[in-house]
Amino acid sequence: MLNQLEEQVWNRVLLARHPKRPTTRALIDFLITDFIELHGDRLFGDDKAIIGGIGYLGKTPVTVIAEEKGVTTEEKIKRNFGMPHPEGYRKALRLMKQAEKFQRPIIFIIDTPGAYPGIGAEERGQAEAIARNLMEMIKLKVPLISIVLSEGGSGGALAIGVSDEIWMFENAIYSILSPEGFATILYKDVSLAKKCASLMKLTSFDLYQYKIIDRIIPEVKNGLQDNAKYSFEVVKKQLIKTIKELQKLPTEELLARRFKKYRNIGVYEEAN
Amino acid sequence: MEHFLEDRKSKLEIFRTRVRKKIVKTEKIDIPSDLFIKCESCQELIYNDDFLKSYKVCPKCNYHFRINARERLNLILDKGSFQELFTELRTTNPLDFPDYEAKIKSYQEKTNENEAFICGLGMINKIPVALGVLDSYFMMGSMGSVVGEKVTRLIETALEKRLPLIIFSASGGARMQEGIFSLMQMAKTTAALKYYQDAGLLYISVLTHPTTGGVAASFAMLGDIIISEPKSLIGFAGQRVIKETIKQDLPEGFQTAEFQLEKGFVDLICDRKDLRNVLGKILSMHKKED
Repeated sequence: MLNQLEEQVWNRVLLARHPKRPTTRALIDFLITDFIELHGDRLFGDDKAIIGGIGYLGKTPVTVIAEEKGVTTEEKIKRNFGMPHPEGYRKALRLMKQAEKFQRPIIFIIDTPGAYPGIGAEERGQAEAIARNLMEMIKLKVPLISIVLSEGGSGGALAIGVSDEIWMFENAIYSILSPEGFATILYKDVSLAKKCASLMKLTSFDLYQYKIIDRIIPEVKNGLQDNAKYSFEVVKKQLIKTIKELQKLPTEELLARRFKKYRNIGVYEEAN
Repeated sequence: MEHFLEDRKSKLEIFRTRVRKKIVKTEKIDIPSDLFIKCESCQELIYNDDFLKSYKVCPKCNYHFRINARERLNLILDKGSFQELFTELRTTNPLDFPDYEAKIKSYQEKTNENEAFICGLGMINKIPVALGVLDSYFMMGSMGSVVGEKVTRLIETALEKRLPLIIFSASGGARMQEGIFSLMQMAKTTAALKYYQDAGLLYISVLTHPTTGGVAASFAMLGDIIISEPKSLIGFAGQRVIKETIKQDLPEGFQTAEFQLEKGFVDLICDRKDLRNVLGKILSMHKKED
């Protein structure tokens, strides 16, 4: 039996995974005009779990890099349910460097259960690909904003989540691992996932309170699937405003702020 | 021909079932339990003195047993050169996770260490280095806030003093009990590393058994030079998770150091007995002329 809090948290997990919840492509279509998708990592292939491209946010050219789970069954399979391989993260990095060259701000949209755990992914260096992105993102000389739309699973989310600001949709979740994986690792019992979800502190409110994220994007009462336009409009307005502000900062200050943000994360005590 | 093969096969079978069993059967002898240890890999009995002299490597099959952080420091650094840093950092329970404090306490008692990462300054062949070791005996070397903070401070110290940096990894990944804070240590450590590397300084990452998850996917995989001990398990996802996801068995040798060498993700594999020597040579080649 779940207590009231566990029930509440699990309901959010269900909303984050609601079958009718809009996916990143819908958000891109709402935010960006003249979107042109750019493919491939120039090393191995094109990972369809990550959409990358350029377009206008208002009047500003931006780069968009987004994890996409897919809508129809056929598309979900094509996109590997939003679980990227190393070539996905390397495509992302290529487009980040391209954005830096042309001084375009980058909008990252996170929606993944996690980086794909498979043979090919390991053969091509999943760990290295994620690590490389974390390291390069900290010093990219353009404004970066990461938005967790639904699920932010583990290193697979963080690999496009080192930014100047991290936003989360109200009913999104962001965690070290999926509740199912967490329950399996710690208790060897996947049926404890519902209980674990509340222990993990994975809701937008938890993470805002911990200062891991900077903004919560409100959703209507029943969740994003009921009225996406309401939330998407908030995102668009805020993005235009925040990017304008970040663009005004001298590069050194932008990077110093970003570094400080991550440098200060962690809870510990210092004994004398 | 076929008949010949059949015949041979049946004779071999007879040999297996009758003769070999007889040979193997021996009387049980009482051996003091600390005199010999059994190799975890080839089952060979190893004379304990030999085992310790060989840095806990099986003399028969070269299987590298896990060693703890202090053993590693003794093996690698010049005698008496280690100055430990950041021992004042203490783990708390940021998520109020059930039983986490008790768990930490029990590992502290078991290992006599405060946390899973031991670091400081030392010398290898008289060359000063900043060096850190993850201890797989402390909660599987998992990275929470304290480990992440110590790694970051070590990197910052190395940058400040312009020292070469060596980190020995042995970890199951980010620590579950600190949730999102553990995940974010991946970003924190690599952020510090970026500034260190951009300053033109040398970072050698040594991957030992096992290096997986959030540690592999952050500072461990970003060395200028990446060395691994033989047969170490190195990878991102756990093997059980991969098996469950793809519903098939994994190829032999999957995610070993040798696999990573073949796929191009480590520079070299080095036996434990040669490690100090190899590190010394690499450091010497990167010495700055004063």
